[in-house]
Amino acid sequence: MIRRFLAVLHARNLEFIRDRSALGWNIILPVLIVLGMWFLFSGGQKPLFTVAVFSGNTPFTGLHEAFLQTRYIHFYSIDNLPAAIRKVGHDQIDMVLDLHRRAKLRYWVNESSPKGYILEKLLNGEKGTRYTRASVSGRAIRYVDWLVPGVLGMNMMFSCLFGVGYVIVRYRKNGFLKRLNATPLKAIEFIAAQVASRLILIMLITVAVYIGTDLLVGFYMSGSYLALLLTAVLGAASMISLGLLIAARVASEELAGGLLNLLSWPMMLLSGVWFSLAGTYPWLRHAAQILPLTQLLEAARAVMLDGAGVVQILPHLLALAAMSFGFLALGALSFKWKND
Amino acid sequence: MLGPNGAGKTTTVEIMEGITPATRGTVHYRGEPMGPRFRSEVGIQFQSTALQDFLTVRETLHLFRNFYPCGMPLEELAKLCALEDYLDRDARKLSGGQRQRLLLALALVNDPKVLFLDEPTTGLDPQARHNFWDLARAIKARGKTVILTTHYMEEAYLLCDRIIIMDRGRIIAEGKPASLMAHHFQDAILQLPHEDFRPARDALTEKVMNVGEYVEIFTADINATIELLLSHQVSLAHLQIRARTLEDLFLELTGRELRA
Repeated sequence: MIRRFLAVLHARNLEFIRDRSALGWNIILPVLIVLGMWFLFSGGQKPLFTVAVFSGNTPFTGLHEAFLQTRYIHFYSIDNLPAAIRKVGHDQIDMVLDLHRRAKLRYWVNESSPKGYILEKLLNGEKGTRYTRASVSGRAIRYVDWLVPGVLGMNMMFSCLFGVGYVIVRYRKNGFLKRLNATPLKAIEFIAAQVASRLILIMLITVAVYIGTDLLVGFYMSGSYLALLLTAVLGAASMISLGLLIAARVASEELAGGLLNLLSWPMMLLSGVWFSLAGTYPWLRHAAQILPLTQLLEAARAVMLDGAGVVQILPHLLALAAMSFGFLALGALSFKWKND
Repeated sequence: MLGPNGAGKTTTVEIMEGITPATRGTVHYRGEPMGPRFRSEVGIQFQSTALQDFLTVRETLHLFRNFYPCGMPLEELAKLCALEDYLDRDARKLSGGQRQRLLLALALVNDPKVLFLDEPTTGLDPQARHNFWDLARAIKARGKTVILTTHYMEEAYLLCDRIIIMDRGRIIAEGKPASLMAHHFQDAILQLPHEDFRPARDALTEKVMNVGEYVEIFTADINATIELLLSHQVSLAHLQIRARTLEDLFLELTGRELRA
């Protein structure tokens, strides 16, 4: 069994490596996207200052604070003060105000943030109220830092879904699967070899693109590389298995292309590749949790931006592992070797 | 297994190979219903098969060799199928004949007891076809059972010990080539140009058919027919006599009309 699995794995690896155009495209595309985004966003400025307000159970809109009336500042209410302070550290928001206890009004700004400096001046210019300064420091997180996991994840998604899906449908259409079916090779051996081959190649390419992009752009990574690797492996395995499930029975490349697009577009839009879904409908955020790319990106960003370890991202890892197993089992059970 | 296009040859063979499920009945292999050992002990060459892209002939043979617990050494296989000179060539760049020999080698990679060849020479030029026939004879000489489907009569006649003619999913004749011919035909065919035959046109009682520029006279007594032709001043300068062929039998049994 292992011998047959290894034979298919080796042959598939050779095919992928020798297909120069596909290989080149897999490497060049994400680098181009990251570079493009870097040029577009590295100098970009947000039109508004963003200030998070912690006011306990009382809505801050009812408070008569002059600062809260300042125009061109976006104030929003928060429940979790430590999480907001962390965001100040990462420059994701510009200031946190703690209005919970009137006797001890506090604010947090990032020492290295120009916006924090201006907001502080504005705040202290108001008459009457005295705030205690509690500054935080941290490396500012640029949009490109937030974008890199999204783009790498998106590239993995396309490579996983289309790389495996199209290949299997093509093999079925041209009769190669039928020929394999005339040998003692079993469906699970063939499928497992396809997953393993794609997984190895995607991980090699992703690691190379990660290192290359880091050298070019220099993005933020505060967590454990082991946790990130584990996230990437399980994320890729789940999406390859999903591609395989789609390709398990389909005989036409057109239909496979349509179905794969039907899967990839929602993931592109709803998994948080380009922008955060934090401000959208709660039901949409919940629905997006069933997409493997959402789980992958949330775990990867938690590791890279917030420094999370394996324990903190365990729910995401378990979800990805369950998806991988489920898709693979369904794919193997419904696998068809030949056209009807 | 001979039959016109659409006769059901490939369907029948694929049921025997276990590739297509039978709607009724069971296929037995060596006295038992087909089990797991069947796949290991048979070799199959489909009518049309794609191979994995970007692999050389050697790598393709290795891939298939690894699917089986035991089989023929690759050097021996390459020699048997005349592939020694192409082992490091990209399998996509083989000619039609070379490609068929590679597909044959893949079918032989496990040194099978039974070999299925489904129309293996369709689309090959005459030289490549003759080369393939030599290979098939060499495989037969190794004592292997070969099940061949074809619609080339010559191929069936030259290679097969036993012939089944099928049409519309049914066997319509079977037996050794010589006995099949002897059973169905006791006559021979005289061929004459239309022009030469004209003086005797109304005198013959034998079956006469127009075939292109010639007439074919079907006769069980060649001497008597020739005497009759001579008595009508028919010139025999362009006379040809030929024995009945398997093609005659095939057309007689399956008809000459075009089928969709």
